[in-house]
Amino acid sequence: MALTGLILFNVANSIAVLVLLSLGLGVIYGMMKIINLAHGEFLMLGAYTTVVSTNAGLNLWVAMLIAAPVAVGLFGLLVERLFIRFLYGRMIDTMLATWGLSLAVIGLITTIFGNTVRGVAAPFGGFAIGGYQTSLYSLFVIAVAAVMAAGLWLVLRFTRFGLIVRATMQNPNMAAALGAPPPQIYMVTFALGSALAGLAGGVLAPVSGVSPVMGSAFIARAFITVLGGGPAIVTGTGLASTLFGGISEVATFLTTPVFGQVALLLAALIMIRILPQGITGRLLRRSL
Amino acid sequence: MTAPLLEAQGVTMRFGGVTAVNSVNFALREMELRCLIGPNGAGKSTFFKMLTGQLRPSAGRILLRGRDITGAEPYRIARLGVGIKTQVPNVFDGLSVQENVFVAAARRGSASQARRITAATLERLRLTAIAGRLVGQLAHGQRQWVEVATVLAQEPELVLLDEPAAGMTHEEVLRTAELIREINQTHALIVVEHDMQFIRMIARTVTVFNQGSILVEDDVERVLANAAVRDVYLGKQAA
Amino acid sequence: MTGWASFVAMVAAGLALLFGLPMVFDLFGLLQMTVFVAMAVLALSQGFIWGYGGVMSFGQTAFFGLGGYTYAVAVLNMGDSTVPVLLSVLVPTLFAALLGYFMFYGRISDAYIGVITLTVTVILFNVVNSTAGDFYTIGNAALGGFNGMPSVPPLNVPGDPSSPLDPEQTWYAAMGALILVYVLLRMILASRFGRVVVAIRENETRAQLLGYDTRLYKLVVFAIGGGIAGLGGCLYTNWGSFISPTVFGLAASAQVLIYVLVGGLGTLLGPILGAFGIQYLISLIGTQEAVNANLVLGAILVVFVLLVPQGVVPVVRGLFRRVPNGRRGRVAEAAVVEP
Repeated sequence: MALTGLILFNVANSIAVLVLLSLGLGVIYGMMKIINLAHGEFLMLGAYTTVVSTNAGLNLWVAMLIAAPVAVGLFGLLVERLFIRFLYGRMIDTMLATWGLSLAVIGLITTIFGNTVRGVAAPFGGFAIGGYQTSLYSLFVIAVAAVMAAGLWLVLRFTRFGLIVRATMQNPNMAAALGAPPPQIYMVTFALGSALAGLAGGVLAPVSGVSPVMGSAFIARAFITVLGGGPAIVTGTGLASTLFGGISEVATFLTTPVFGQVALLLAALIMIRILPQGITGRLLRRSL
Repeated sequence: MTAPLLEAQGVTMRFGGVTAVNSVNFALREMELRCLIGPNGAGKSTFFKMLTGQLRPSAGRILLRGRDITGAEPYRIARLGVGIKTQVPNVFDGLSVQENVFVAAARRGSASQARRITAATLERLRLTAIAGRLVGQLAHGQRQWVEVATVLAQEPELVLLDEPAAGMTHEEVLRTAELIREINQTHALIVVEHDMQFIRMIARTVTVFNQGSILVEDDVERVLANAAVRDVYLGKQAA
Repeated sequence: MTGWASFVAMVAAGLALLFGLPMVFDLFGLLQMTVFVAMAVLALSQGFIWGYGGVMSFGQTAFFGLGGYTYAVAVLNMGDSTVPVLLSVLVPTLFAALLGYFMFYGRISDAYIGVITLTVTVILFNVVNSTAGDFYTIGNAALGGFNGMPSVPPLNVPGDPSSPLDPEQTWYAAMGALILVYVLLRMILASRFGRVVVAIRENETRAQLLGYDTRLYKLVVFAIGGGIAGLGGCLYTNWGSFISPTVFGLAASAQVLIYVLVGGLGTLLGPILGAFGIQYLISLIGTQEAVNANLVLGAILVVFVLLVPQGVVPVVRGLFRRVPNGRRGRVAEAAVVEP
């Protein structure tokens, strides 16, 4: 019984991590059809912001929940203005350019902070499920993921910004005719996606080592989740996270983390064969 | 009475809530030349896309010489002998004229046979002089000719031409009409066109599409004299 | 230059390097050139499937690494290197075919193909990275996790494991392989199959409407590219008698794209020159501390995508070949089937 509880808790945690990892990427991809290959580095920058600002004496919660998203959001804004905006409509070129950005950011951070792993102590202690000890921080991660997804859904569903964004997704020209210039929408969207990545990086900093190359540990899972989710940002990411998080956690439990990864990849491959447009490309098409 | 070359039975295409083609019944005899006309959005190009496998019909069947090809892969339908010139020129822009035609001719037979067909087709469409040019650098009318050349070089049984005369000069239009009659000596054709003058030049039987359905199907003169057809084109029935 | 003349010139240049470099370079220089050649083979695989096949693989290193690991595992178990070399080509070919089946028959877009291939190589990285320990041993070969596999036996005279090749002989083998791959690709591109492949890159719909099963063509192109990349991985493992998971890493995958993009998309010469040039640059950066290689490579990638998307070789060719029409886009340039 306790074991089942532990497994369920781990599955929930694994789903939450996937949601955190992919929501920022999903926002940018879903709204702008841009695949940001530097997404992993945006997460990494969020983690570094948290480390640096806590070391500078900032409260950990402020560092991860405010400083990280703000800093990375501003960085995203800068990137969008500097070169993403010249590449709209050229999907492959955008991928290549963001990949270049990814390398450059890794190089820059390595130059500044060195190629070492830093850490932030996870707050809270542990708690027990039956006889098993587990981390209370994981519960916090689950809560943040849930709040983030729900918040994004509410913004898209009920605010004026959300309406404009949805209109732009459907038809950029029509949205422009309604007085919402797509360039501005794209700029804000890119910054929002970046901020979400920064937040995720901040929240995950205590549970993952913070190093210049940490992004590559996350990026594969984030891509699989976003592509698997399909066009609906929140629903798609949520469903795909549940599916893939569940599969990889169960496979990990039954075998080893290595096969958890392999199972994730296999699941993704089978998925693109059956549902090339992602889950929400076929089902629940009208969701957000 | 032999079986028709091509037959569509109750073919329907829905996109979301829009029905682009609504249970169309259509038959084409061997060696027949048929013109399809109808206002924009009448479903002609959608119909063509279903005939060539680019779209799978929501309902209905398409038979080629009695063989069911509904929703088959485009390459399979092409191999069964259906060649299409699409509405927007669909060519290999980065290849030369000669290479475009060669790729079309090379699917079957030996390399030397393919080269022979290529040379003959280029000659037939008067493209020999520009055989070495990149297709992406050609004028619109010439690109259309290149596409027609690729269609002919694949030696199809049935040729579908979607607006072959669009954007062409008067002389090119005359030449196109002449070419269509020439192709019809050996092949069946379906031609979609807007230009009524052009239709008069080539047509015997005309099928009129309107709002996804067949409005009339008759001899060309009777169709063009038909009041309902005039209304469709003048927009009186647009509602 | 006509196709034949350029082909003969390229092969002659390749042979001149094959026999000339051992006279010019000392052993260290020759060793360095050997690893450049291994990278050039990898670059050719990327240049072939991307520049000619239009297949957007962001993870050619998956096949490169798989080839390297296959060679290492096989040679450690077999002793003689002949079969392991063949396996290092065969295994990645089959893996690429399998992956290609899912991608091309699933009809996913180019961008998705980029993401999936990238994901595959990253996952291979993560998987192989965590194979430390006795559990992950294949016969005599321990995969070694993030430490990699040291002391991989070098190539030997076929059939005689007791006569390993010395560094100079390894150079001949590697450079010979590069020339062979180049000749093979030129032959493929000149064939009817090659024409169709380029046509599919230009307009997939049209190729389908002409009766070509484009999925199958792309799958074959992708599998060939996988095999060539695997051969590159085999040469690479040989060069250092060592392979580690970094070959699967994101930085490695990006490097391959940079070779091709800098050298020139839609050429075979471009990727080769790109591989040599970028590898040389990386070795220069390695000799100093101030600038980080990733930073430089990333900047190069961004600059080329934004400012010189067609790459160096086509630009240089364009300077020598005056084209009256101003249309020098990537498509028109890339189309010409040349080295």
